[in-house]
Amino acid sequence: MADSAPGSLRLTEPGHGRGLFDVFTQRYLLKLIVRKELRIRYRGSILGMLWSYVKPLTQFLVFFLAMGVFLKLRDTVPDYAIYLFSGMIVMNFFGEAFTNATRSLLWNAPLINKIYLPRELFPVASLWVAAVHFFPQLVVLLVAAVVSGWRPRPLELAGAVLGFVIVAVLALGLGLLFGAINVFYRDAENLVELIVMVATWGSPVLYTWNLVRDVLPTWAFWLYQMNPLTAAVELFHHGFWFGAIERTGVLPNGQTAIPESLWLQAGGALLIALVVLAAGEALFRRLEGRFAQEL
Amino acid sequence: MTAAIVVEHVKKKFTLRHNRSFKELAMAVIRHQSIADTFLAVNDVTFDVHTGETLGLLGLNGSGKSTLLKLISGVLTPDSGAILTRGRVAGLIEVGAGFHPDLTGRENVYLNGAILGMTEKQIEANFRNIVDFSEIEKFIDTEVKFYSSGMFLRLAFSVAVYSDPEVFLIDEILAVGDEPFQRKCLDRIRELQGEGRALIVVSHDLNMVAGLCDRGVLLEQGKVRQDGPIDDVIKTLRDSHL
Repeated sequence: MADSAPGSLRLTEPGHGRGLFDVFTQRYLLKLIVRKELRIRYRGSILGMLWSYVKPLTQFLVFFLAMGVFLKLRDTVPDYAIYLFSGMIVMNFFGEAFTNATRSLLWNAPLINKIYLPRELFPVASLWVAAVHFFPQLVVLLVAAVVSGWRPRPLELAGAVLGFVIVAVLALGLGLLFGAINVFYRDAENLVELIVMVATWGSPVLYTWNLVRDVLPTWAFWLYQMNPLTAAVELFHHGFWFGAIERTGVLPNGQTAIPESLWLQAGGALLIALVVLAAGEALFRRLEGRFAQEL
Repeated sequence: MTAAIVVEHVKKKFTLRHNRSFKELAMAVIRHQSIADTFLAVNDVTFDVHTGETLGLLGLNGSGKSTLLKLISGVLTPDSGAILTRGRVAGLIEVGAGFHPDLTGRENVYLNGAILGMTEKQIEANFRNIVDFSEIEKFIDTEVKFYSSGMFLRLAFSVAVYSDPEVFLIDEILAVGDEPFQRKCLDRIRELQGEGRALIVVSHDLNMVAGLCDRGVLLEQGKVRQDGPIDDVIKTLRDSHL
């Protein structure tokens, strides 16, 4: 293991890694941390991983009953169940990744305090865990979509993948940003809960985008469309729901199913998400030298 | 002689915040009170350690020894000045080694080994040795939060030793081990010395430090008071606090 004589090694500054890039070179360590997070999450629970199905399904049933049946969205949105679920899993993924990434540094204080490792590993591990919970839900969605008559098309699937990437980048960026602040002020995690709560209603998950356009002034609707999560949700609608309603562009109430500006929105969303990630990483790196003394 | 650890004019300031709530912050601003006090834990410290050398870092509680080790291990970064190390650094700081309390001993060996830069294969190849050295085989599948401080130390020391670091930082680590284990650790430390590793030892057990180190650095309120042969430094420390 003594790969070389000490003299042939270079002097380096301890505690100065290459940030997020180090995470990719230390995949084994990332794997261990992801496994640890999953194990700790379900420790002492009988249902274990099953909880990651129970929660979204309950949520789905509640929303479906309240919005689809009681408020009759089912009548204007064909295959409302698919519509609702495809947007919901995007939001669940975002919410879990963002919330847990924000808290991940506090949870791992015993490590951060005592030993140097790229601390970006913890938010990235949270994102990974959220993805582990996302994929079973995606399988449920795929089965439901196929039953409803959906058949995949490459462009639509590519769009859904892009939607996933947008959410992942955005959640990681915000997670780094709020996670770093949360080390100093625990207010951050409360704020994050608030953001996640609002996010579900601030994107066309439970209703269709037309309803928003009809009531908001142009500039406000433009802002609404700028929300990267709105683009991601629409990409998922386009990917899994649009095919299930036989790609009829017009809904029974005469409104357009998928916004015409979908791809433009998607491009903008990806750009915004990348900017957020760069900003999050920049702030994270500025503050990480002080994490150990604050935790 | 090549330097393995270089510490140059390093300063580290800590912020002691009295209040965090919004109300308290607002009141402090209105009354023109300072929101936070700062405290210079390490104040312009300069020294280096060569490969194969063992440095004893001495000083009373609060003199900045542990902070300095945290800076060298990269857990903290200095506010000004520079720290450079050559090769991998393993640190046992304040009887903690980067173990996660919710994981078992076995899981922590893997996690800690990976953090210290070992590959999966290396950890697997050394797992037996690590557990044997620590002598806590019976508890290896128990979560480490249930460990006694002695057990914790044994496992932490074993992983650190087998991670084969070029730079090894040991803070008060031997204080909690029992006599036989202490002797075993000291033997292992002497082996590391023989292999040309650079070591920094922090301990209040002056006899042990005298036997182990070549050179000593005495810290006082964050500053270097003396840097010289270990016996001289120990003498200064003893004389000044009798």
